[in-house]
Amino acid sequence: MTIQTQTQSSKAYESTVKHGETLVDVQGLKMYFPVTAGLFIQRKVADVRAVDGLDFKVTKGETLGLVGESGCGKSTTGRALLQLYRPTAGTVNFGGTELTKLKGTELRRFRRRMQMIFQDPFSSLNPRMSVGQIIGEPLAIHGLYKGAERRERIQYILQAVGLNPTFARRYPHEFSGGQRQRIGIGRALAVEPEFIVCDEPVSALDVSIQAQVINLLEDLQGQFGLTYLFIAHDLAVVRHISDRVAVMYLGRMMELADRNELYENPLHPYTKALLSAVPITDPELERKRERIILTGDVPSPLRPPPGCVFNTRCPIAVDECRERVPEWREMAPNHFVACHRV
Amino acid sequence: MARLLEVNNLKTYFFTDEGVVRAVNGVSWHLDEGETLALVGESGSGKSVTAMSILRLIPNPPGRIVDGTVLFEGKDLLKMSDSEMRSIRGNRIAMVFQEPMTSLNPVLTVGAQIREALQLHLGLDEDGANARAVELLELVGIPEADQRIKDYPHQFSGGMRQRVMIAMALSCNPKLLIADEPTTALDVTIQAQVLEIMARLATELNTAVLVITHNLGVVARYADRVNVMYAGEIVESGSAIEVFKRPRMPYTVGLMASVPRLDATEKVRLATIEGQPPLLIQEIQGCPFRPRCDWAIDKCATDHPELEEKEPGHWARCHRNPQTDERTRMPAGAAAAGN
Ligand SMILES: Nc1ncnc2c1ncn2[C@@H]1O[C@H](COP(=O)(O)OP(=O)(O)OP(=O)(O)O)[C@@H](O)[C@H]1O
Ligand SMILES: Nc1ncnc2c1ncn2[C@@H]1O[C@H](COP(=O)(O)OP(=O)(O)OP(=O)(O)O)[C@@H](O)[C@H]1O
Ligand SMILES: [Mg+2]
Ligand SMILES: [Mg+2]
Repeated sequence: MTIQTQTQSSKAYESTVKHGETLVDVQGLKMYFPVTAGLFIQRKVADVRAVDGLDFKVTKGETLGLVGESGCGKSTTGRALLQLYRPTAGTVNFGGTELTKLKGTELRRFRRRMQMIFQDPFSSLNPRMSVGQIIGEPLAIHGLYKGAERRERIQYILQAVGLNPTFARRYPHEFSGGQRQRIGIGRALAVEPEFIVCDEPVSALDVSIQAQVINLLEDLQGQFGLTYLFIAHDLAVVRHISDRVAVMYLGRMMELADRNELYENPLHPYTKALLSAVPITDPELERKRERIILTGDVPSPLRPPPGCVFNTRCPIAVDECRERVPEWREMAPNHFVACHRV
Repeated sequence: MARLLEVNNLKTYFFTDEGVVRAVNGVSWHLDEGETLALVGESGSGKSVTAMSILRLIPNPPGRIVDGTVLFEGKDLLKMSDSEMRSIRGNRIAMVFQEPMTSLNPVLTVGAQIREALQLHLGLDEDGANARAVELLELVGIPEADQRIKDYPHQFSGGMRQRVMIAMALSCNPKLLIADEPTTALDVTIQAQVLEIMARLATELNTAVLVITHNLGVVARYADRVNVMYAGEIVESGSAIEVFKRPRMPYTVGLMASVPRLDATEKVRLATIEGQPPLLIQEIQGCPFRPRCDWAIDKCATDHPELEEKEPGHWARCHRNPQTDERTRMPAGAAAAGN
């Protein structure tokens, strides 16, 4: 696959954020979903605390990996950052602009700088739109490139994601899973975003196809200076692609550190258990590994346990863990953890 | 170790409007008592169809086992009557599938379903079956088992349902357990729970396991031997340690290099296998992997390679040796590695 080097268009906005500076600054982010009951009058009976107080930053040009078990709030975090959900509380500062305060057109204009790639390459593409229309749609929304210029742009994007430019006239059902995922990436890329939330972009793909899409995301990052929030539950994939990795559990962040620091020197008992649960693809090494097998299941986000949310499954929990929420502390430079026991 | 299962030249075809799909096209392999064998390979390569053929659960039409024998404890399963087969399935040969919700009956309590299996296969009475059912749930780590047994499947989490399936599967002390993607739908910590329980029980009961999985880590941890499938054939077979360390078939080489390692401290570019597997409807000339192979030579286009014993106990279907021979083509993706 060859990617033609072609410069971004003159329509690119001037980003105010330089490589290595903070692009997204998240403080106290909460996203609660109300649970309602009642036949005629809906009243709120409880909240699903999908995301419950996150503090983190994303640096321009980096890939921040976000891992954790099903339902821990990874997708909700990504959507709340992009304001696809309006957060219940907290702030999301994007290159100096507070997104949670933006409304209507202002927000829509900003959306051009932040895009999303979804997990399921089958349901996330409209089957009645041609590939050209799918990639052209965000361009139309943002009023970018008209007529022949737009067609050229679509061809350029198809080429950038490793698809034949003549595919523009075809429909999603004519493509394999990996090719569809490339189309989804192309759609996100079309408007020249700075920041892309990749929500499980390779989870639905066969391993050999996974590698193609991961390589593509890495190439595009280098080529266009992109910043990624990369959500996945495969810890090996996350280690591979990320510069830093954050671990979530039941709506909260447990630990955040540089990739090698987190995998070689995990501090939180949940991170340790999570890493030990993943077998290494080397029979001789793997058979010598000690494992921490967690018991029980993840509690419901409707009734998170008091204190540290992990205390019901934690092998080293003490009374304090059941009573007091641990604060988010920087234990070593750039290594954050929320645990009373470290 | 005594031979438990022997699959010889198994062919399972689907007769569709578009043509004949040669889903499993002459596979031969064996499994000894108490052994764990993993079946890996690309999506659509015939892993599930192989398992379903052994269990005689191929939908007919459109599918049919057109050739081969499946000797289980010396008797050919393919020649048995339907009633003989029913008494073996879920008893001597147990199975666990990917989606536990569809394998459990939603309108019966979990307890009722386990009791039914125990009464049917072990001839226990009501009380005996109940006591054994509670024991089994405890064995697979379900807390308050005597209470939870009254619950319906939807009241259990995915991991709990899968553990119930394993409890049921192993309740009759089967000689063989067939597990098709048993933990794919589960979270990693729950996956680890379920797999550890499965492996422990299999060891205790000396049950042989055929596990089908995409997760090479699972193979590395649990499998004694591995069979790699491609386009309806076994393309490599050997001990897990050998196959991971020195894969002898280029597809396996690509597969191993395309998964990132959890313990990799350096960022290396992942290998990819460009292209698609062949359509199984067409008659394939030469090696089915040739169009995607970095080691292909002229002979590969014309001669279909046989499964050969390359090292003692390590078989591969390849005219070349990817461990020692030069590549004939740059690996896919290497050209873009510069940026
Ligand atoms: N729109 C919604 N309304 C109500 N509850 C929601 C909504 N979206 C998510 N939730 C709940 O919030 C919690 C977090 O969900 P989220 O989808 O963010 O998890 P996730 O970490 O992405 O999980 P997965 O790995 O399964 O994708 C879950 O309990 C989920 O059921
Ligand atoms: N009922 C059917 N009718 C026609 N073709 C079928 C049928 N069932 C399976 N096949 C074909 O048989 C081939 C092998 O399928 P199988 O389900 O065994 O693949 P697999 O290796 O288990 O793949 P996966 O990893 O995706 O589960 C595929 O090409 C599939 O399309
Ligand atoms: Mg999600
Ligand atoms: Mg299958």
